Amino acid sequence: MNSATTMDSPRASGTIDSPRASGAIDSPRASGAIDGYNFAYLDEATKRMIRRALLKAVAIPGHQIPFGAREMPLPYGWGTGGIQVTASILGPTDTLKVIDQGADDTTNAISIRRFFTRVAGVATTEHTADATVVQTRHRIPERTLREDQIIVYQVPQPEPLFRLEPRRTETKRLHALADYGLMHVRLYEDIARLGHIAKAYDYPVMVNGRYLMSPSPIPAFDNPKMHRMPALQLFGAGREKRIYAIPPYTDVRSLDFEDHPFRPIRAPHVCALCGSGDTYLDEVITDDAGGRLFVCSDTDFCAERQADTAKEAAE
Amino acid sequence: MYVAVKGGERAISAAHAWLDETRRGDPSVPELSIAQIEQQMGLAVDRVMAEGSCHDRFLAALAIKQAKGDLIEAAFLLRAYRTTLQRFGASEPLETSRMRLRRRVSATYKDLPGGQVLGPTFDYTHRLLDFALAAEGAAPAVAPEAAAPVAEVPRVTELLAREGLMQREDMTEGEPGDLTRQPLAFPADRPVRLQNLARGDEGFLLALGYSTQRGYGNAHPFVGEIRVGHIAVEFTPPELGFPIELGEIGITECQMVNQFAGSRTEPPQFTRGYGLVFGHGERRAMAMSLVDRGLRARELGEDISAPAQDEEFVLYHSDNIEATGFVEHLKLPHYVDFQSELENLRTIRRSAEQAMQEAAE
Amino acid sequence: MTPHRPEAGGLTPLLEAQGLNLRFGAIPALIDVAIDITAGEVVAIVGESGSGKTTLLRVLSGMMAPDAGTVQWLGQDVLAMGEAARRRLMRTEWGFVHQNPRDGLRLAVSAGGNVGERLMAVGARHYGSIREQALSWLAKVEIDASRIDDLPRTFSGGMQQRLQIARTLVTHPKLVFMDEPTGGLDVSVQARLLDLIRSLSRELGLSVLIVTHDIAAARLLADRILVMRRGRVVEQGLTDRVLDDPQHPYTQLLVSSVLAA
Repeated sequence: MNSATTMDSPRASGTIDSPRASGAIDSPRASGAIDGYNFAYLDEATKRMIRRALLKAVAIPGHQIPFGAREMPLPYGWGTGGIQVTASILGPTDTLKVIDQGADDTTNAISIRRFFTRVAGVATTEHTADATVVQTRHRIPERTLREDQIIVYQVPQPEPLFRLEPRRTETKRLHALADYGLMHVRLYEDIARLGHIAKAYDYPVMVNGRYLMSPSPIPAFDNPKMHRMPALQLFGAGREKRIYAIPPYTDVRSLDFEDHPFRPIRAPHVCALCGSGDTYLDEVITDDAGGRLFVCSDTDFCAERQADTAKEAAE
Repeated sequence: MYVAVKGGERAISAAHAWLDETRRGDPSVPELSIAQIEQQMGLAVDRVMAEGSCHDRFLAALAIKQAKGDLIEAAFLLRAYRTTLQRFGASEPLETSRMRLRRRVSATYKDLPGGQVLGPTFDYTHRLLDFALAAEGAAPAVAPEAAAPVAEVPRVTELLAREGLMQREDMTEGEPGDLTRQPLAFPADRPVRLQNLARGDEGFLLALGYSTQRGYGNAHPFVGEIRVGHIAVEFTPPELGFPIELGEIGITECQMVNQFAGSRTEPPQFTRGYGLVFGHGERRAMAMSLVDRGLRARELGEDISAPAQDEEFVLYHSDNIEATGFVEHLKLPHYVDFQSELENLRTIRRSAEQAMQEAAE
Repeated sequence: MTPHRPEAGGLTPLLEAQGLNLRFGAIPALIDVAIDITAGEVVAIVGESGSGKTTLLRVLSGMMAPDAGTVQWLGQDVLAMGEAARRRLMRTEWGFVHQNPRDGLRLAVSAGGNVGERLMAVGARHYGSIREQALSWLAKVEIDASRIDDLPRTFSGGMQQRLQIARTLVTHPKLVFMDEPTGGLDVSVQARLLDLIRSLSRELGLSVLIVTHDIAAARLLADRILVMRRGRVVEQGLTDRVLDDPQHPYTQLLVSSVLAA
C-alpha cells in the first residue's frame, strides 16, 4: 500500500512535560487530518510495528501473530484491531470502504469511516469496486475482490479453539502441533446431536493446509469467498492483540466431513429489492403480523444490481 | 416500499448532540469546572489516573467531566489520549522509603520507626450522611498542623528482611516489560503482572483479593504497611547519563506480608504481595497486593486451585477498558450472524419435525 | 489363568529402558531401573504406593524426564523426542489408560465423540465410518449402542473406565500404559474390567504395561511381573514363578498379604 513517508514521530519534541491537551504539539499532517495527531492516528513507530506483524502474518498464512495493540479512541470489540491494521496500511491516496453487516450505512461503519476521514483525510467510497482498502465487520462483499485490493477484517476472537480450550498456553501448543482433532470432535458432536454441523458463522477454516483459523464472525455463506481470493486478507484483533493474514490465492478450506460436506447457509429467498437469488440476505420484519421480506445484506451490491436493472429496462 | 432501518449519519450526530446536552444538565445550575473536579472529587481523579494508566490530574478531571462521571469511560478517554504519547523510556525505580508521606500505617506493629501516620482517611469515620455538607458556603475545615515529617522512613518489610524473615525480591536488570507495547505472553513475569494489576479494574481486583481471604487461594495476609504520599520521579536521559528529577507524583504503596511454608531450597519465611498505584487508592493497592501474592503460587510451588492464582484468568480479565468494550459491543448489530443462526435453526427444526413425522407413521 | 506370552524370548523389545534414575529432592523415586516389553506381552509393575511404579510409567511414556537413563521405542530415543513426535506416538502407537477415567475422557463430549477423537486426530474425515467404528468399540467394551450420544458424566465409574479403554484402543496402538485401571472401582466391577482387559489384549495382540498394587489383578493379566520397592526393582520374572515362589522378602510379604486377605 501507499505509505505516508513524511510522518515520523510527530511528538518527538524533546521535552518530557505532559502536553496539556492545549494543542501545543506541532506535527506535520496530511491535508484533511486533524490537529495534534499523526496521519491515520497511529504514530509511525507503531505503524512500523504493526506492519512487521503483518509481514510475519503473510509469511505464515493463518497463524496468529501477537502484536502490541494500542489503545484506540474506539472501544474494544468495536473494531480496534481492524482499525489499527487499516491505519497501518493506509496511504494518503487510498480509497477506503467500511462496512458492518455488509452495509456502508450501519452506525459502526459510519463511525469508523468518519474516524478515518478525520484522522487521515483519505477518500472514502461505498462502491466495493472503487475501494483500495475495505474494512469489514461480519461480511465479505458479494463482488469478487481484485489483486489490487486489501480486505481488513475486524476480529473479536482470533482463537478458533477458544470454546473448546480456553487457555491460550494450551491452544498455542495445539496450533504448534497442528493438533486439531478437538475441532473435529466438536463438528462430530453437532452431527450426532443435530444431524448436521451447526456452526452458522465464524465457521473454522484450514488455511494453506496447516493452520486452523477463525474467519471472524462472517456467515458461513462467505467462507468460500476466502478460498484463493485474489485480494490480500488481513485480520486484526485489538483486545486479544493478534494479527493474522491470508495471502492472495491461498487455499482456505472450511472444516467438514466427507459425508457431511460444508454447506454455506443463506435464507432461501430472493432479494426483494434487486431480485438476487444467490447473495446473502437480511430478514426485515415489516409489520407485527408476521410480514417480512428479505433484502441483500451487501447494500452496495444490491444498489448496483438495481441500477443495472433500471438501465436495462430503460434501453 | 421497504425503508432502510439502518442507522444514519444524522441519527449519530443528533444522538451525540443529545449526549452533550445531558452532560451539561440543567443550564440554570452552574457548570462544574475542571479545577472543582480535580480538587473536590480527588479520589475519582485518582482512580481514573490509575485505570487510565496516566498520571495527570488535569486530564483525568477533564475526562471525568466529559464522561459525565462514568469513571470507566473516563479512564478509557485518558487511555486513548495516553496511547498517542511518545514513550521516552523507563524512569529510575522509585525509592519509596524516601516518600513525602501523608499517611503511613502498619497492621503488623503497634509502633515502629517513623511512627504510624493516620493522614486523611475514611477509616474510623462514622458513615452517617453529613447533611451540613448539603449546605454550601461553609468555611473550609482546617486540620491541625502535624510535626515535620521524618525525612526517611524505613519500610516495614525491609525491617523483616534484615532479620531474614522476609523473602527478598530479585532485582531485575533492565527495563520492565510494558503491556501497552507488548501483548501478554505466558507465563508472565512479575513486573508485567504488576503493571497489569496496577491498571486493572478496582472492582475486579477487590473481588479477587477478597476471594483469597475467603479460602479461594489459601492466603494469610497482614498489612505490613500502607503508605500514601508523593515521590520524585527520576529519569536518566541517555545523552546525560545521570538521573534528573522530572517531578513528583502521588502514589499509594501496599506491602502485604504472607506466610510461606518453605520449600526444598528455602527455609520458611514471609513472602510479599505488592501493590503500587497512582494517587490515593488504598483499597486498590491492598487488593492488588493480595492478587499479586495469589499469582505467585506457581513460583512458590503452591497448588493452583483458585481463580486469583490463575494467571491467565486474572490477567486476561482485569482490564476494564477491554472488558467494557467487548461486553458493550453486543449492542452492535449482529443480524448477519443472527440470520445465519435463524436459517440454521429452521433447518434443524424442519429435519427434526420430519424425523418425528416419519417416526409417527 | 494361563499366561499367553506368544513367542517366548529372542524377540526385540518394543520398549526398552535402562539405568533409569530419578530423585525428588532427597527422595529417590527410581534407582537403576531397567525394563523391557516385547510385542504382545503384558507386564505388571507391582508395589505399594510410593514405590515408584507410577513414576516409572510416567518416565517410560515420556511424560517425565529421568535424571539418568535411556528409554527406547523401537530403537528411537523417547527422551530426546520433541513434544510433537511424542504426542503423535501417544495418539497412534501408544495409548494411556488413567486410573481416574476423568483424566482420560472428555466429559463434555459424547461417548461416540470420545471414541472418535483419536480417529479424527489421525485424519479420519468420514462421519459415517467414524461412527461405525465408535459403535463397534462400544460393543467391544460392553457399552450399549443406545448410549453413544450420551455424555460420560452420566455413566457409572466402571462404564467410564471401559469407555476410556475403547477410546484408547480405537486406533489400534501397539503398547498401552495402564495406571491402576481398576483403582477406585467396586470389586465386582473390577473383576469384569480385568476380564475385558485380558480378552482385548489377547484378541488384539496388545502389549500392556500395567501398574497395579493388586497382586490378584497382576496374576490374572500379566505374563511377567516387576516388583518395586522404594524406587528399586527388587524382583522380576514370569508371573507364576514370582507369585508362587517369591525370592525377595518384600515379594513374599506382598504375596502373603494377598493370601491372608
